[in-house]
Amino acid sequence: MSEEFKIEIISPDQSVYSGKTEEAVLPCFEGQVTVLKDHIPLITFLRPGIIEIEGSEKFYVEDGTVEFSDNNLLILSATVQSLKNIKTQEVGSMLREAEQMLSKNQVSDKQRYILNYKIETLKQIN
Amino acid sequence: MPSLDDLKKRIKSVKSTQKITKAMKMVAAAKLKKAQESAEKGRPYSEKLQNIILNLTKSISDDSNAPKLLAGNGKDKVYLCVVITADRGLCGGFNSNICKLAKKHFKNILKEGKELKIITVGSKGHDQIKTDYSKYIIDKKSFKDKKKISFKEANEIGTKVIELYEQEQFDKCFIFYNNFKNVITQIPQAEQIIPTFIKKDGKTEDHIFSYDFEPDEDEILDDLLPKNVTVQIFKAFLENAASEQGSRMTAMDNATRNAGDLVDKLTINYNRSRQASITKELIEIISGAESL
Repeated sequence: MSEEFKIEIISPDQSVYSGKTEEAVLPCFEGQVTVLKDHIPLITFLRPGIIEIEGSEKFYVEDGTVEFSDNNLLILSATVQSLKNIKTQEVGSMLREAEQMLSKNQVSDKQRYILNYKIETLKQIN
Repeated sequence: MPSLDDLKKRIKSVKSTQKITKAMKMVAAAKLKKAQESAEKGRPYSEKLQNIILNLTKSISDDSNAPKLLAGNGKDKVYLCVVITADRGLCGGFNSNICKLAKKHFKNILKEGKELKIITVGSKGHDQIKTDYSKYIIDKKSFKDKKKISFKEANEIGTKVIELYEQEQFDKCFIFYNNFKNVITQIPQAEQIIPTFIKKDGKTEDHIFSYDFEPDEDEILDDLLPKNVTVQIFKAFLENAASEQGSRMTAMDNATRNAGDLVDKLTINYNRSRQASITKELIEIISGAESL
């Protein structure tokens, strides 16, 4: 029995990734989730972070929705970018932007939570 | 009867028009391919998102607690219509078809005594609608200077619509756009996006998964539903872009053909009058020679 399941990452413009893997690590809103085969059906959403697909690429996401059912992992995200294609300059400017946003006074707790993760992830990439 | 010179000039001008329409057709054909591709690529996202929402709604037991975006706010008074058209003309009935459909809806809404609010996207639609309904237009958007409409623009409109909804500025929202079926057929469409309207086709899946939600359903729905609005708008953009190019291509194809017909007709006219003038001259010469 193979331990693989199907994974699909879709952005509004195109299908970003589609393939099979044994393990995927997702930066879910309430903490990292590792999905293996025969995981129970799950619906959740993402915070900024890195999607790691075992034996394949890594992706940077800012938000998104995840559905896992029947050994199909579906990730819908408008902000997904492969780490291979992401440019250092872009990361720098995104980081500055996020830090500026955070320094403003009217930031809700939820926004601050998301921004902190965004900054942390971007620093990690850099 | 126009003179020979005039005819010649006309033939020349029609020919140059034909050249332009032909070029426009080629450009539209090239752009169409791209637009069609992105429309097709964009479809899975919105379909899957609708699927997830459908699965979520199945597991909601208590309808009264459902978020407003899903169940509506219980009122049915103010309608917001988002009419999405192109920024450029010369594409056949593309813009007027959307406007015609939208105007029909507007009439019905007003007839039922409901309040109407309109947001137009694209300058062509705004021009057509403002003649009759200018007092209802609350906002207009145009992305003329953008080369390609991306998710960002859709997001801009989506956020605005949701903002208005949260301020209770309207109760129901419709979008109008052209659905791209194929190059020749584009179907103008009205779609309800708020409250979220999910098509329930007959074949409901037998195996309803009992999902694990993290965090809970409500929070996920709160996150998903605004996204769905934006995605639906984005889908409408993509379909519209493909339809616009398709429509322009057929329109320009027709124009090129018409120009060809016109050139043929004018050429026959030109030849006839050329012959007539030759015959006339001959008669003059002969009768002049005879009288000598």
